[in-house]
Amino acid sequence: MTRLGMLIDIDRCNGCYNCFLACRDEHYKNDYPPFSAAQPVSGQYWMQVREVERGSYPKPKLSYIPIPCMQCSEAPCIPASKNGAVYRSENGIVIIDPEKAKGQKDIVKACPYRVIFWNEEKRIGQKCTFCAHHLEKGEKEPRCVEACPTGALIFGDLDDPESDIAKISASRKTEALHPEYDTNPTVRYIDLPKRFVAGEVVLKDKQDECARGVRVVLEGEGLRLETATDAFGDFEFDGLARNASYRVAVEYDGYAPQQIDIFTQKDVNLKEIFLEPR
Amino acid sequence: MTEQVFNNLTNCGPVSVYVKDGEIVRVRPMVVDEKDLKPWVIEAGEHRFSPPKKFALAPFVHGERRRIHSEERIQYPMKRVDFDPNGERNPQNRGKSGYERISWDEALDIVSGEIKRVKETYGGSAISGMTSSHHNWGIVGYKMGPFARFMNMLEFTPVLDNPDSWEGWHWGATHTYGFFWRLGMPEQYDLLEDTLKNAEMIVLWSNDPDTTRGTYSGQESALWRQWVKEKGIKTVFIDPFHNYTAGFMDGKWIAPRMGTDAAMAMAIAYVWITENTYDKEYIENRTIGFDEFKKYVLGETDGQPKTPEWAGEECGVKPRIIRALAREWASKRTVLSGGSRGGEGGACRQAYGTEWARMMVLLQAMQGLGKPGISIWGTTMGAPSETDTWVPGYGHLKGRVATTDLAGYLPINPTKQRLWRLTLPDAILNPPVSWYGEGFCGQSLEQQFKYFEYPMEGYSEVRLFYRYGGSFMGTMSDTSKWVRMYQSPKLEFVVNQDCWYNSETNMADIILPACTNFERNDFGEWAAVGGYTEHGSSGCNYRVVVYQQKCLEPLWESKSDYQIFALIADRLGMKEQFTDGKTEEDWIKAFFHGSDLPKHISWEDFVRKGYHIINVNEDYKPTPSLRWFYEGRECDTPDLQNPKRKTEKAGELGTYSGKIEFSSESLKAHFPDDEERPVSPRYIPSWEGHRTEGLVEKYPFQLLSPHPRFSFHCHYDKHTDWLDDIPIHRIKKDGYAWWPARLHPDDAAAKGIRNGDIIRLYNDRGSVLCIAVVTERVRPGIIHCYASSAKYDPLTPGKDDAVDMGGCINILTPSRMVSRNVPGMTPNSCLIDIEKWEG
Repeated sequence: MTRLGMLIDIDRCNGCYNCFLACRDEHYKNDYPPFSAAQPVSGQYWMQVREVERGSYPKPKLSYIPIPCMQCSEAPCIPASKNGAVYRSENGIVIIDPEKAKGQKDIVKACPYRVIFWNEEKRIGQKCTFCAHHLEKGEKEPRCVEACPTGALIFGDLDDPESDIAKISASRKTEALHPEYDTNPTVRYIDLPKRFVAGEVVLKDKQDECARGVRVVLEGEGLRLETATDAFGDFEFDGLARNASYRVAVEYDGYAPQQIDIFTQKDVNLKEIFLEPR
Repeated sequence: MTEQVFNNLTNCGPVSVYVKDGEIVRVRPMVVDEKDLKPWVIEAGEHRFSPPKKFALAPFVHGERRRIHSEERIQYPMKRVDFDPNGERNPQNRGKSGYERISWDEALDIVSGEIKRVKETYGGSAISGMTSSHHNWGIVGYKMGPFARFMNMLEFTPVLDNPDSWEGWHWGATHTYGFFWRLGMPEQYDLLEDTLKNAEMIVLWSNDPDTTRGTYSGQESALWRQWVKEKGIKTVFIDPFHNYTAGFMDGKWIAPRMGTDAAMAMAIAYVWITENTYDKEYIENRTIGFDEFKKYVLGETDGQPKTPEWAGEECGVKPRIIRALAREWASKRTVLSGGSRGGEGGACRQAYGTEWARMMVLLQAMQGLGKPGISIWGTTMGAPSETDTWVPGYGHLKGRVATTDLAGYLPINPTKQRLWRLTLPDAILNPPVSWYGEGFCGQSLEQQFKYFEYPMEGYSEVRLFYRYGGSFMGTMSDTSKWVRMYQSPKLEFVVNQDCWYNSETNMADIILPACTNFERNDFGEWAAVGGYTEHGSSGCNYRVVVYQQKCLEPLWESKSDYQIFALIADRLGMKEQFTDGKTEEDWIKAFFHGSDLPKHISWEDFVRKGYHIINVNEDYKPTPSLRWFYEGRECDTPDLQNPKRKTEKAGELGTYSGKIEFSSESLKAHFPDDEERPVSPRYIPSWEGHRTEGLVEKYPFQLLSPHPRFSFHCHYDKHTDWLDDIPIHRIKKDGYAWWPARLHPDDAAAKGIRNGDIIRLYNDRGSVLCIAVVTERVRPGIIHCYASSAKYDPLTPGKDDAVDMGGCINILTPSRMVSRNVPGMTPNSCLIDIEKWEG
């Protein structure tokens, strides 16, 4: 079997929007029956790029999450459609038949990821097809993947153990965007942004020097992480759970240790943590 | 009709253009036979880096078909309704009055008639004209070609360009390490490999290469920075804005106040001197004047040691951070990335920006510039690249229709009078004006000291202005003065020729529609400017030469620039002189045969295939930039324009002494008493900065206006509507696509501004409306707003004090130059205030 999928490496994405623009270029005014009807000139984002700014000054982080149709294995749009208007093709791509889907707004509503766009003029829902028309002509990858300058979008057959996507999926930790939607997406991610805590340790009696090598331990949620401050006295723990409680302990020989309790409703910037000499 | 596919080239990458029924339906990164691509490999430790077999375009190129078919195209020749060449000209209504469509014949008669009248009445010097840069690609049609050839025939007064993106490097760094033939930026050969193999840290100081890319090389280098991450090379970003590359690399962010970068640099030097962590042997053998510099740094000349504590006060950065940065830098093999081409960066486009740029060179000199892993590298050029095969670029005299020796006849312009781009409006409105510097001073250091005055004795003031394109409202400084200039009765006639309506288009009397390079044939190599940026194609993973195929007939009534000038020349009785008896296709062929390409591919195959890839040879031997200088050898890089290369002075730099000059011999010889660009660099507080009394109380925010992320200067903005769906570029609100201004949450709160509010940014020079983006990514007190909006949209058209809705933030930036003898622009020395716009 062929099961086409996409793996999106957030760490490799520089937010250039090439994927979004290449997608629009491929689809604007271009019908590709029976896979897709043309995209309108604006308002539809078959490959959406979501900017995620985390943390606070002066320690922010910036990530981008490219969001195409998730090509869910249990796609809610399929049972929401009538007359088999939405179906899974032989190679695993979820396709909305632009003829059969006419007037079926329920298809749009069924998608928890909101990646199906209603075209009022054509009275159909529209979305990413992995450029099915393009692949059919023997092209090896969708336009967004072709346009990506850093290899952040990895496309291929998940059932082919020799494919890049299968190999990388096997060796890296991958995850779904919003697994709680419970639709088992074929599009998966590496390094989706999580919560992080950052800070700078300052020795109260040596404020003209950065405090390098201070031990910082984070504990909570069954996790224990340890790091040391860098040359700038900075530390950070990334990849933390949302809305969770942790304790950060800062220890340095000759100084009174500190413990700070944090809650990750949002990212936490502890700013300057001053250690008092004993 | 079935789809046809053509090859073409843009200012940011090669493309395959799919055309159906006279309309472009798709624009892809150029599809080539994979067998033609032979990727190089860089081995660094356990890593093996090699580029994929494809081309990475800049984002906006994917919107090219919207730009080509844009409703913003100039479709027909147009005449301002209240302009009558034989009666009332109404120059005061330029920018206000509407236009009517006229025939090409009428337009050409008026334009050629005015040229004839002005030339006969005042002489050729009464005609001036200028183009903008980069709106198309291909050397036959580029501005250095037909436009320059035609204007030379008219004996016009040229307008000298200021080095707008790299002022401080051009006017400062050259007096430190030469490289005037690169306009102040250092050679970049093989620094990708050197960095991956040898560097432990990169300090990106005022540099956002993911935004500015390698200027012309699309996003080819984005992958290299991914490799830098994979290799574990640390990064530090010094920028008041947490820029997009900082976001991608996740490096340490240090955000100084604007205008204080040179102070931080001095403090780094102070730490190295006092802690003895600099390369004394290098200082001894490869530099001069260190003692004078050292005295200043230690405070022996002015009583103020340049300690991190002193710098911290200026920069608003904790002294310990500066100290830690200095120590890290000295203890690791560190690349300095002072702008996307090694040099550049907003820190050099401000008051006394020369001093920061000079300090960038001198800091690396203190660490042994040229040692493995110790370089000045922008991260956007310097891939392995074949340099034996010469292909003309528009920067080569031989690559221009106007100056190539491939022409039978070359018109020589005898007019010595010059104008200076930044002061052109002042020259028209309030002559005389004067300045030092012959534009891009790529021939010698002395060009920078040449004095000019306009009007020049024996020549006429300008009466006819032939503008090609033009979006200076969004790119020059204090730009409302351009509105005043256009409305001056002194300009008896203004013509504007372009593909699109831009901010200056409707300030003309006659508008002529030109076609894009997709509507005619041309010839070009990707990113290969040549001349002052020799081997620019090393910003790409492959050298790609393209026979740029006409994809469409010229749209509406547009014509190629070459044809338009040929038609006007015909009316002036100069057609043969203009065309040299050649068609555009003849020129393409002449350039092809004037290059080294025939050694590799026949003309017929080149035309049929549409491209040629020049791969790296299998026995490629890297020659890293300035390694020769560090090792005391003759220059072994292929830096063709280096005048000392292959001479008895081949081991020297381009300075007077041939060494790195902490005290500049060239400045000592020409401006020994200049306190604003002193012989040895200093930190000089800005004349419009955080401490400028009398101004800062009224306008407490510093405006940061870097080069934009989703357009090429002004190009692609306004004409490519898809970009308005990218919220980093423009944000739609109430049916209008607004230009974003970014500010810190504390500043927003203090001003009662919320994310998405329309805000007015203003000072005594004008007002611009933007949409507020509240973000943790700017230093408090700074407003970040990209330069180069193409949309000038005044609420009261024709009034120079109009509030602009389009986002031309340069209406607010100052006219004042870098310093007394440095005629560079200073957009990043700009104080403003902001308020919520209530309409």
